[in-house]
Amino acid sequence: MLVAEGVSKSFGGPPVVQDVSFTLTRGAITGLIGPNGAGKTTLFNCLAGSLKPSAGRITLDGVRIDGLRPDQVFGHGLARTFQIPKPFPAMTVLENVMLAPPGQLGERFWTNWLRPGAVAAEERRIRDRARHWLDFVGLTRLAQEPARVLSGGQRKLLELARVLVAEPRLILLDEPGAGVAPPLLETIMEKIEVLNAQGTSFLIIEHNMELVTRLCRPVLVLAQGRLLLEGAPEEVKRDPRVIEAYLGA
Amino acid sequence: MELLAYGSFFLCFASIFAVMALGLNLQWGFAGLFNVGVAGFVAIGAYASALLTTSLGWPVALGWIGAMAAAGIAAFIVGLAALRLREDYLAITTFGIAVVIQLVALNAQALTGGPFGIQSIPKPLSAWLGAGLAWNLAYLALVLGVVGLAWWGLERLVAGPWGRVLRAIREDEAAAASLGKPARRYRLQAFVLGCMLMGLGGALYAHFVGYIAPEDFLPVLTFQVWAMLIVGGSGRNLGAVAGAVLVWGIWTVSGGLLRDLLPQAEQARGAALQVVLIGVLIAAILVARPRGLFGERATVSRHAAEDAT
Repeated sequence: MLVAEGVSKSFGGPPVVQDVSFTLTRGAITGLIGPNGAGKTTLFNCLAGSLKPSAGRITLDGVRIDGLRPDQVFGHGLARTFQIPKPFPAMTVLENVMLAPPGQLGERFWTNWLRPGAVAAEERRIRDRARHWLDFVGLTRLAQEPARVLSGGQRKLLELARVLVAEPRLILLDEPGAGVAPPLLETIMEKIEVLNAQGTSFLIIEHNMELVTRLCRPVLVLAQGRLLLEGAPEEVKRDPRVIEAYLGA
Repeated sequence: MELLAYGSFFLCFASIFAVMALGLNLQWGFAGLFNVGVAGFVAIGAYASALLTTSLGWPVALGWIGAMAAAGIAAFIVGLAALRLREDYLAITTFGIAVVIQLVALNAQALTGGPFGIQSIPKPLSAWLGAGLAWNLAYLALVLGVVGLAWWGLERLVAGPWGRVLRAIREDEAAAASLGKPARRYRLQAFVLGCMLMGLGGALYAHFVGYIAPEDFLPVLTFQVWAMLIVGGSGRNLGAVAGAVLVWGIWTVSGGLLRDLLPQAEQARGAALQVVLIGVLIAAILVARPRGLFGERATVSRHAAEDAT
């Protein structure tokens, strides 16, 4: 569903991502691993529109998305989370999630004056949807708390709920397991499995090999900005090139 | 009777300031836009309405609408260019623009009357009510109506999805963009709508006093409106209005006291003392209540607070 062809990104110096090409299959959970500084997050940012690739093209279901702004990429059904979660700290957990559904009637300011009834009805529907996804990730109890009170792991879950309520076709998760306590990590992995079974595709950056091995088929390995190989997690883990990339020659 | 006259006069000014503070609250309190050019947009509204109703003889109501349109168009042009800038740079830019607007008012003599300003700005309904207490009270009712309308309109806006997007952009632009919300468009909308209210405030002022001049729109006006918002509590319309009444109250009382207590030769220094006094008040409020008297609430949308059924 997502095709990257020859994607490169440099910031003036040597390229951080160099000539990377791959295809994400619909319904798959694809892993993206590699040592620190391999360019994983930069590649993510290129896919999500936060960065404009220096070269190459990216298409999502045949539509070119490279060079679009992040909000436009989101509009095409590709959503992402952040390595360090970005909740809206002063807003309630519930409204963090209510924000996300695209194309809300009341997002156009004049409809709040001209069609208040329709906006109110839509708000109630969105609130119920948001509650459903908060329930899914187990944050219902904290719905009316400001998001700043959440722990690191809960913030990851909030980001997940916030993305899910928008019903994207493809979700990019940047280290969903980083800094998450083991019981919460188990929850996050279960949620990803359930969602995937319901048809959502994922691309996941992760260092936690337990998570990668359990969820990801296939796994892409990035090292020094280049795509080293692609394969099942077991193969990848055994491959001497991968071991060398992680441990150094 | 004298108290009533003074009270209506005071409340008129406070309510006019409240309209401006509501506009600034939309920009700063909800969208995080650091507009330090409030006086400039107030001036545009005041001059637009004054010119439309004197030179062109339009009815006052159309003058007010014209004031909002003029301030809105100016804000749109300024916003297209300046809203790319972040915080402090936006502040410097808007401050500069306000100074330019004031200088234009001072120097474009053919249009604005230059330093002499514009006189005999029509006071609505004064043909029937005269210029005394009855007119003051009627105008107060009119201004209160405008405050009420602005309040209602803003509450509809900010306590719903649009306000939620503004808040999200203010708190984390990258996260909001990753959720499909284009920051620039919303910022521009908030900036234009806020400046329209400032322009309306300027028009209300012009038709209340009946005379405007460039010195009415000095940076101290911007300072006053900011003080009102910070003291009252930004991010809450109640805070903007309460702050307007409170700060204007302190401003007028301290002004009166200084006039009475200080000798003639020291009056100019007394005016500076007023600014210091308000500055101390802001500092005290920020220490005691960092979010102002009425801080913002965590829940934005009026629909999000209700319990699920």
